[in-house]
Amino acid sequence: MQRFLKYVFVLGLIMSVAACTTAAKKEGGEEAPVAAEEPGKMLDPLSDPSSPLATRVIYFDFDSSVIKDEFKDVITAHADYLVGHPEAAIILEGHADERGSREYNIALGERRAKAVEQLLTVQGVSAKQIQVISFGEERPVALGHDESAWSLNRRVEILYSGQ
Amino acid sequence: MNMMLLRRVVLLFSLLMVSTTGSATLTIDITQGVEGALPIAIVPFHWEGAEVLPEDITAVIKSDLQRSGRFAPIPDKDLIARPFEGKQVKFQNWRVLNVDNLVVGHVSYEKDKKIYRIQFQLFDVYKENQLTGYSFRTSGRNLRRTAHRISDIIFETLMGVRGAFDTSIAYITVGYSDKNQKIYNLAVADSDGYNEQIIYQSTQPMLSPSWSPDGRRIAYVSYRRGRPELYLQNIATKKVKRISSYQGLNNAPAWSPKGDTLAMTLSKDGNPEIYVMNMKSNKLTRITRNYAIDTEPVWLPDGRSLIFTSDRGGGPQLYRIKVGRRGAVGKAERITYEGKYNARPTVSPDGKKIAMVHQMEDKFHIAVMDTETEHFTILTESSLDESPSFAPNGSMIIYATEHDNRGVLSAVSVDGSTKQRLSFQQGDVREPAWSPFRTN
Repeated sequence: MQRFLKYVFVLGLIMSVAACTTAAKKEGGEEAPVAAEEPGKMLDPLSDPSSPLATRVIYFDFDSSVIKDEFKDVITAHADYLVGHPEAAIILEGHADERGSREYNIALGERRAKAVEQLLTVQGVSAKQIQVISFGEERPVALGHDESAWSLNRRVEILYSGQ
Repeated sequence: MNMMLLRRVVLLFSLLMVSTTGSATLTIDITQGVEGALPIAIVPFHWEGAEVLPEDITAVIKSDLQRSGRFAPIPDKDLIARPFEGKQVKFQNWRVLNVDNLVVGHVSYEKDKKIYRIQFQLFDVYKENQLTGYSFRTSGRNLRRTAHRISDIIFETLMGVRGAFDTSIAYITVGYSDKNQKIYNLAVADSDGYNEQIIYQSTQPMLSPSWSPDGRRIAYVSYRRGRPELYLQNIATKKVKRISSYQGLNNAPAWSPKGDTLAMTLSKDGNPEIYVMNMKSNKLTRITRNYAIDTEPVWLPDGRSLIFTSDRGGGPQLYRIKVGRRGAVGKAERITYEGKYNARPTVSPDGKKIAMVHQMEDKFHIAVMDTETEHFTILTESSLDESPSFAPNGSMIIYATEHDNRGVLSAVSVDGSTKQRLSFQQGDVREPAWSPFRTN
């Protein structure tokens, strides 16, 4: 349930960016109005819905761990943040869609997460800030049995600890 | 007083609930049968007791034989006589029914010893002779198992292949708790799905159960501490031991035929590689060295080679590698070329066939390859088939698939001619692993 809320949270962030609303979702999925014009209050970039850091999911093609160009800026933004905040730590969770074999998918999920890890470390992030865990196809976010669900499940999630 | 009674009624009711959910949850559908299935008459075993027998032995035998796809037991209403021992059989009557074989039997109870005595005989109707006959003594608890043993004897006598009815299946079920939390169960049941026993329950994923060759322990992957680690569990005592928790993957356990080593996938050195662990010393021997994914090892019956999945050629394909005491001997050799995706190998007990997950267009089927002729056959038509496992007699392959949006188990004969589906009333079932033959 908590995990589900987290996805709602991430999804909510993406949607609020897209719609330029003034409402953002805080941790835990609670809705809270953000006084966007309120002066003098520094927003933590991690909880700023308009920051590229708000994107926490990287998607992949079938049986591929190649990071698509469209996600490279997002990963660079996370790299910049992690370099600037050496106390911050993340878990990279690798996932796969349900097709094919489960153990191969766990290996594939790990390779996807490691591809993201590598792109972060070449930009100066310390390996100590990153933990990689693969769930393969064991934790889908979308439950359908078609490409629209599969494309959402082939992913790496960037999870900041303490969030 | 009334409270007491009420409490008893409630208790009785809840016991009933437990027993119904425990036994009525499984259904087996034969989705495809053989045309030339052998007609056989199985006369309900004679029982002298006043009470109903705790198990309907005849029904278990009939269901076993029918499920195999090789036999077509005739319906009870068509039985023209009800003999229960040899001297009562009039063969000409049964020839009229066009049945080749006839099974008769009877059950008695030795009250003082609390033991059931089951006798049965199998006849050839045309040759008018007894092919085999046995007498068993068993407790009430083991009646069902005795019925499976009788099925095994009938199967072996008529088919020339050892029966695999008196065996078990391990699998993973996924359901939800009262609080809507995901619950994963590692379970073991009889080969027909009855007598399910939960071995381990967790809110975190489990997968890849692998039976020890003596059938007493199961190695498997569990995320109970947040990441994949390997555990070993004794089925009878439920005692559990963590056997591998290196950084990264600790996955895909596979017992060697002798039970002295366990092959597995570890990514502690950077990416998934195959290792072999000595089960006495816990010492690891690294088998593969490759930047690609190497996983899903499985032993050939001689214990000298492993088949595994690797994407070193671009996509996942199966490879064979010889294993010596100090690691790999020679290079891994690719063995599958059919299509773009072949993974999760499993080897038949005689080593002559390898079953796998095979992608055809956008569907994933179970396929089988003959190791000598390299003849390749796709056995299934459903689309999300995975995790094949051979019966210990090599006649059937059980696998996981989707049906009506739920995970179910199916079994297909090695020639693809018969199929059956085992489904449970709630939740998903996956990751089946057929046990070895019982040793006792």
